[in-house]
Amino acid sequence: MSEKKFTTAEERLKSQEPQCGFGIFEICCRNCSMGPCRISPFDDGPKKGVCGADEDVIVARNFLRKIAVGASAHSDHGRAVAETLIKVARKEAIGYEIKDEFKLIKLALEFGIDVKDKKIEEIALKVGEICLSQFGQQEGNLIFTKRAPVKRQRIWSDLEITPRGIDREVVESLHRTHMGTDQDFYNLMKQAQRCALSDGWGGSMVATDLQDVLFGTPEPILGRVNFGVLKDDYVNIIVHGHEPLLSEMIVVASEDPELINLAKQKGAKGINIGGICCTANEILMRHGIPIIGNFLNQEMAITTGAVEVMVVDVQCIMASLPEIASCFHTKIITTSEKTKIPGAIHVKFTEENALEKAKEIIKMAIENFENRKKENVIIPESQIDLVAGFSYESIYYILGGRFRASYRPLNDNIINGKIRGIAGVVGCNNPKVSHDEIHIKLVSKLIENDVLVLQTGCSAIACAKAGFLDSVKGLNYAGKGLREVCEAVGIPPVIHMGSCVDNSRILMAATCVVKEGGLGDDISELPAAGAAPEWMSEKALSIGQYFVSSGIFVVFGVTWPTLGSKNLTKYLFEDIEKEVGGKWAFESDPDKMAELILKHIDEKRRKLGIDKARERILYDMAMRRELE
Amino acid sequence: MSKIIASAAINGAYKIVNMAENKWKMAMDKYGPNQDVAFPETAYYLPIIYGILGIPVSKLSHMEKVFKICRDLLPEPVYKDCHLPYLGPVLDAGMATLFAEEMMEAIRYIEEPDFYWPEEEPPEDKLWLGAANDIILRKRGIEFVDGTAPGFAAVVGSVPDNETAIRIATELIEKNLYVFMCAEYNGKRFAEQLKESGIQLGWPVRLVPFGPDIYQAVFALGFAVRAAMSFGGIEPGDYRRILIYNKDRIFAFVLAFGYVNEEWYANAAGAINFGFPTIADTPIPQILPTGICTYEHVVSNIPHSEIVSKAVEVRGLKVTVSKIDIPVPYGPAFEGERVRKEDLYLEAGGAKTISCEWTTSLPLNEVEDGKIEVIGPEIDELPEGSAIPLAIVVEVAGREMQEDFEPILERQIHDYINYINGVMHIGQRDIVWIRISKKAKEKGLKLRHLGVAIHAKYHEVFSNIVDKVQIKIYTEEEKVKEILEKAKRVWRHRDERLAGITDEEVDTFYSCTLCQSFAPNHVCIVTPERTGLCGAFSWLDCRASNKINPTGPNQPVKKGRIIDEKYGQWEGVNEFVKKASRGTIEKVSVYSLMVDPMTTCGCCECIAVVLPLCNGIMTVNREYKGDTPCGMKFTTLAGTIGGGRQIPGFLGHSKFNITQKKFLQAEGGILRLVWMPKMLKEEIKERFIKRAEEIGIPDLLDRIADETIGITEEEILPFLQEKKHPALELPPIM
Repeated sequence: MSEKKFTTAEERLKSQEPQCGFGIFEICCRNCSMGPCRISPFDDGPKKGVCGADEDVIVARNFLRKIAVGASAHSDHGRAVAETLIKVARKEAIGYEIKDEFKLIKLALEFGIDVKDKKIEEIALKVGEICLSQFGQQEGNLIFTKRAPVKRQRIWSDLEITPRGIDREVVESLHRTHMGTDQDFYNLMKQAQRCALSDGWGGSMVATDLQDVLFGTPEPILGRVNFGVLKDDYVNIIVHGHEPLLSEMIVVASEDPELINLAKQKGAKGINIGGICCTANEILMRHGIPIIGNFLNQEMAITTGAVEVMVVDVQCIMASLPEIASCFHTKIITTSEKTKIPGAIHVKFTEENALEKAKEIIKMAIENFENRKKENVIIPESQIDLVAGFSYESIYYILGGRFRASYRPLNDNIINGKIRGIAGVVGCNNPKVSHDEIHIKLVSKLIENDVLVLQTGCSAIACAKAGFLDSVKGLNYAGKGLREVCEAVGIPPVIHMGSCVDNSRILMAATCVVKEGGLGDDISELPAAGAAPEWMSEKALSIGQYFVSSGIFVVFGVTWPTLGSKNLTKYLFEDIEKEVGGKWAFESDPDKMAELILKHIDEKRRKLGIDKARERILYDMAMRRELE
Repeated sequence: MSKIIASAAINGAYKIVNMAENKWKMAMDKYGPNQDVAFPETAYYLPIIYGILGIPVSKLSHMEKVFKICRDLLPEPVYKDCHLPYLGPVLDAGMATLFAEEMMEAIRYIEEPDFYWPEEEPPEDKLWLGAANDIILRKRGIEFVDGTAPGFAAVVGSVPDNETAIRIATELIEKNLYVFMCAEYNGKRFAEQLKESGIQLGWPVRLVPFGPDIYQAVFALGFAVRAAMSFGGIEPGDYRRILIYNKDRIFAFVLAFGYVNEEWYANAAGAINFGFPTIADTPIPQILPTGICTYEHVVSNIPHSEIVSKAVEVRGLKVTVSKIDIPVPYGPAFEGERVRKEDLYLEAGGAKTISCEWTTSLPLNEVEDGKIEVIGPEIDELPEGSAIPLAIVVEVAGREMQEDFEPILERQIHDYINYINGVMHIGQRDIVWIRISKKAKEKGLKLRHLGVAIHAKYHEVFSNIVDKVQIKIYTEEEKVKEILEKAKRVWRHRDERLAGITDEEVDTFYSCTLCQSFAPNHVCIVTPERTGLCGAFSWLDCRASNKINPTGPNQPVKKGRIIDEKYGQWEGVNEFVKKASRGTIEKVSVYSLMVDPMTTCGCCECIAVVLPLCNGIMTVNREYKGDTPCGMKFTTLAGTIGGGRQIPGFLGHSKFNITQKKFLQAEGGILRLVWMPKMLKEEIKERFIKRAEEIGIPDLLDRIADETIGITEEEILPFLQEKKHPALELPPIM
C-alpha cells in the first residue's frame, strides 16, 4: 500500500455528520413532486405536508416502504432459488444437483404432490413450480403459513393479515404509499405486517427450503472465522453477498484439480475460499468454509492485500469496493444482473453457465495471484473455531439421536428453568456503533443469564469472532443452567442457524418448540424474544416485523425509524401486542436491551406458570397408567 | 452428555462393535451363514434388534445387515477442542453397542450352549441365567402390569463388601424392584457377592444374575423391549414408541458400582435411549439436564447408604411400600423365596400336618379390630424343625362387607404371608403349606406376625369394604380340625354359588383394564361364565374389586340390548369396549373365536386357535413350550395377538374358562376342541370330565389329541377320525 487513496464506511459516516434530522425521524416525504415536504418536530413548524399528510402517515408510509424493500430483497432471492430448482429439474442448470432428496419429498408431501413412482426430477419440477407460484399468487394464503401453530394462523386470519402472494404484498405496499392512497397509519401497518409475513413465511422460507434441497440441509459442522483464515501462500477468493447459487458453484469449481494445478503453477499452494456476509454463512453452514468477517469487514478484507478476487452477487455490497480494490491488486467481480458497480468487472452468471463462469472467475483470481505485492500483505493472525450448521431439522437429531429425535430436551430444560428462554439475535453491522460491540455485549449478557441464543447473519459472525460459537470456549460465557444443558448436548450457548433468509429457520424452530408441547399453544406464549442490535438494512425491518407479527417481542438498537410519529411508535411499541402478541422496542444500550429481553422472558415464564421451581413429580402406577 | 462421557461412550461403542464383529466373522467361518441363532424360547428373535430395527435375526448371515447399521450409527470421536454436538451421536453409539452385544450373546448361545442356565433359578453350581424366555417374560411381565413390580435396577459391577451388597439388594427388593445383575469390578460381581452370602437368586426372588460382563446388560434392555412389544402391543421396528413406552412405563435405572470404563459408558448411553438413567457410586461427570430421561441422565458419587433412594428419585418413581410392623422385611419381592429344609425352623401343612386358612365375615360388634390371638403354642415354645397343625382364621367386619367378598379376601392371604421375608406359603384353603426359616425366627418373627401382616394389608387394600379385622391362629390339632370342618362347609357353599351364576341372570358384566398400562387398547369383559383370560379375575372378583375401588380398572358394564345370543354380543358391551379401547375395537363377541373375538393383553393363560383342516380348535397353555398343530408355539402366538389386537381365529382365555359353559359357544363349545397339550389335559381333567358328562360325551377328553399324537394338523387328523371326534361332524368352521 503506497499511499492512501480510499475511504472506509466509518470515515464516510463522519463526513456525513450531522446527518439530516428529518431523515432520522423519517418525517420527510418525497413521494410526489408537490414535495419534498417535511413535518416539523417543533411547535412552530409545519404539521402537514402539501397533500395534508401528517407525521403519522408520512412515517408509516416510509416504514412500510422500507419493509416492502426488505421483503422484496429476500423474496427475490427466494424466487431465484425456485427458478434454479426448476432449471435443475429440467436439466438446464449444469453443475447444480438435488442434494437433499428427503427434504424435497417432504416438501412435496406438504404441498400434496403425489410422489409415488415419480422421478426425483418430476417432483423437483412440481415443488419448484408451486414455490414459484407463491410469488405471483393473487388469492388464498401463502402455503407456508400453514406451518405456523394453528392459533397463530387464526390470529392472522382474524386480523386479515395472512399474506396472499409475495409479489402482491410488495406491490400493494408500494401502491398504498403512493400519493393520496392509504392515509391511515394503522391501516398502513396492517399491510406492513402482511408484507413482512410474506417474507418470513414466504420468500425467505422458499429461499431456505429450496436452498436446502439444492445444496443440502445443514447439519452441525466445524468452521473458523476472522481474517486469519486468509492464507498468504494461497490464492484467496472472497465470496460476498447473499445467494449461495453463486458461492456454491465457486466452491465446486475451486475443487477442480486443473485449477488447483494452475494455482500451483502460479506459485500458490492452492485455492482458498473465504466468505463475507450471508454468502459466507451459506457456505459455512453447508461446507464449513471459513468466514473472513461480516458486513463491516468487507472493505478491511481488501486492505489485507492478500485477496485476488472478491466476487459478489446481491445485497449489502458497498459501492466503495472497486475504489478500495484499485489501491491493491484485488479484482471486484459482480455477477448478478441486479448488481453492477462501476469499476468492477462484470461476469454474467446464470444457472446455465454457472460452473463455467465460476471456473472463469477462479482462473482470473489465479492469474491475479502474481500481481499480489508481498509488501502490501498484512493478514491479521486472529481466527477462532466455531460450530455452525444448525437447521431446525438437525436439532431433532442433535437432541435425541436417531431413535429419540425430538425437541423434548430443549422444552424440558426451558420448563425446568436451566434455560431461561430463547433469543434470536440477528441482523447487520452499523458503523454508527463500535463494530460488533453491541452484538457481543448483548449476547454475552443473554447467555450469562441462561438465555439460549439463536443467530443468523452478520450478528452470528460477530459472536463467532467473540468465541461464543466455540463449543468449548463458548461455555465460559454461559450461565450455570445453560452451560449444563450445552455440556449435555455438546453445543455452544449460541446456535448459528444461517444467513438472513434463514431467519425462517428460527420461525420454524420456534414452531417446533410450540408443537413439542409444554410451553403454550403459540409462538407468542414462548419465553422468547428477538433483537437486531446493530441493524442498518431494510431487510432487518422486514425480519423484525415478521417476528413481531408472529408473536415475538423484538428489540432494535442504533436507531429507530418511527420516532417522528408518537402515535405510530406507541402502536408498534405497545398496542400491536394486543393484536399479534408481539411488539417492537428500541434500545441502543446492550445491557438495557438484555434487561428488556430478560424481563419479557420472565413475564412469559410467569404466564406459563414455569417461573418457580417445581416439585419433582414421582410417578406411581396409577399415574403411569394415565400417561399416554 | 458431558464431553468426557461422550468420548468414553463412543470409544466403548467402537470397542464393543469391533469385538462383536470379529466374533461374528469367526462364527461365520466356523458355522457358516446358515447357522441358526436365537435366544432361548422366545418369539422376539434378538429382541432389541427386532424391536428397534424390526429385523428378525435368526441366521448368522442376518447379522451382516445389523453390523452395517452399527457402523453407520457409530459417530466420529469427539474432538478435544471445539467439537460437534454429541448427545444425538452418543445415543446412537449406545444403540449400536446394544445391537452388537445382542449379536455377541447370540453367538455365545451357539458356542457355549450351557453357559447360561435356562430356568428361573440357578442351581448350586451355576450362576448366570442369560436371556429370559417368553414364559418368564409373561409371568414377570404381569407384575409390571399390575404394579407389583414398578421397574428394575440394572446393577453393574460390585460393591466393597458383601454386607453392602445384601443391604442394597434388600433395599431394592423392598421397593418391589427387580434387580438385574451383570459386569465385574475389582474382581467381583454383585451377583457373586450375594451368592457368597447365601442369598437365594433367580427370578422368583427378583434377584436376576444375567451374566458376568457388562455385555449382558442387553438382557435387561431386551426384557424391556419385549415388554413394550408384548404388553404394549407395539410393532417391531416402531422404535420410537418402544423407547417412549419404556420411558413412561418401565421405571428402570442403572446402578453403576465401581470404575465406569468405556464399555460401561457405552451401555449407559444405550440405556438412556430407553429413559433409564445411570446412578454411580464413583465421582464420574454428571448429566443433570433432563429430556431423554424423565429427570437427570447421570448422577454420580452417591454413597451406598443413599444410592437406592437417590436412584428412585432420579427415575421419578413413587414407591408405595406398606410399612408392616414385623421384625423382618416385607414386600412382594419376597413372594418367590424358598425356605429350604436346612433353613427350616417350623412348618405347617404340606401333607405333614393338617392346616387351613379361612376368611369369614361377622357382624361389626363381634370383631375387635387388630386383635390377634395365637391359640396354642407360639413359635418360641416350639423346638426347631417342628411340624405343627395350623389354622388361620381371619374375621372381618364392615358396613360394605358382603359374603361374596370373603373368597377374594381369603385368596389374598397367600400373598400377604408370602411377602414376609423368611416365610414360604404355598396353596390355599385346606392345602396350605407354610414354612418359617431359622433366620426369621432369629430376628424375632412369631406366628402372630402372620396375623399382623394380614391385618395391615386388609386395611390397606380393602379399606372400602373392611372396617375391622381380627385374626385367630390355632396351633392345637383339635381346634384346627374343628375349624377345618366349619370352613369346608363354607367353601362348598361358595363353590356351588359361583358355579351357579349364569350370564343370563345378571344385567351387568365387568370390565378389566388393569393391563392397559401395558396394552393401552385392550379391555377384558368378565362375565360369570367367562372369567378373565389371565385366570386371576372372576366376575365376582371384579364386582368386589369395583366395590373396593369404584374408579379402578374393573368397571360395571351394563349388558344392554342383546344383539346376538350365540356370539354373545350386547349393545352395552360393544359401546363400552369401543370407548375403553380408544375406538380401536368396535365389537366384541364374548363367546366366539371366529367373529369379533375378544382381544388379549398378552397375559392370557391359554390361546385357542382355529385348525381348519380338523374343523376344530386347539388350545395351548403358556407353560407348554413345544410346537403346536397351528404351526406356532405359545410364545409366537402371544406375540401375534398380544397387545390388544383383534384377530379372528385366535382367542386368549383362562384355563378355568375351558370348562365354563359358554366357552366357544358360537363354534360349538368344547366339542370343537381337538388338541391340547397333555399337561393342560391333566391339569383340568377333573372339571373337564364333569363338563363332558354334562354334554353327554363323557370320554371327550380322550378323543382330544395332544403332542404325543402329533404337532401338525395332518398328524392329528387320523387320530380324530379314528376316535370319531365330534368336531368332524360339526358344520364347517371356516
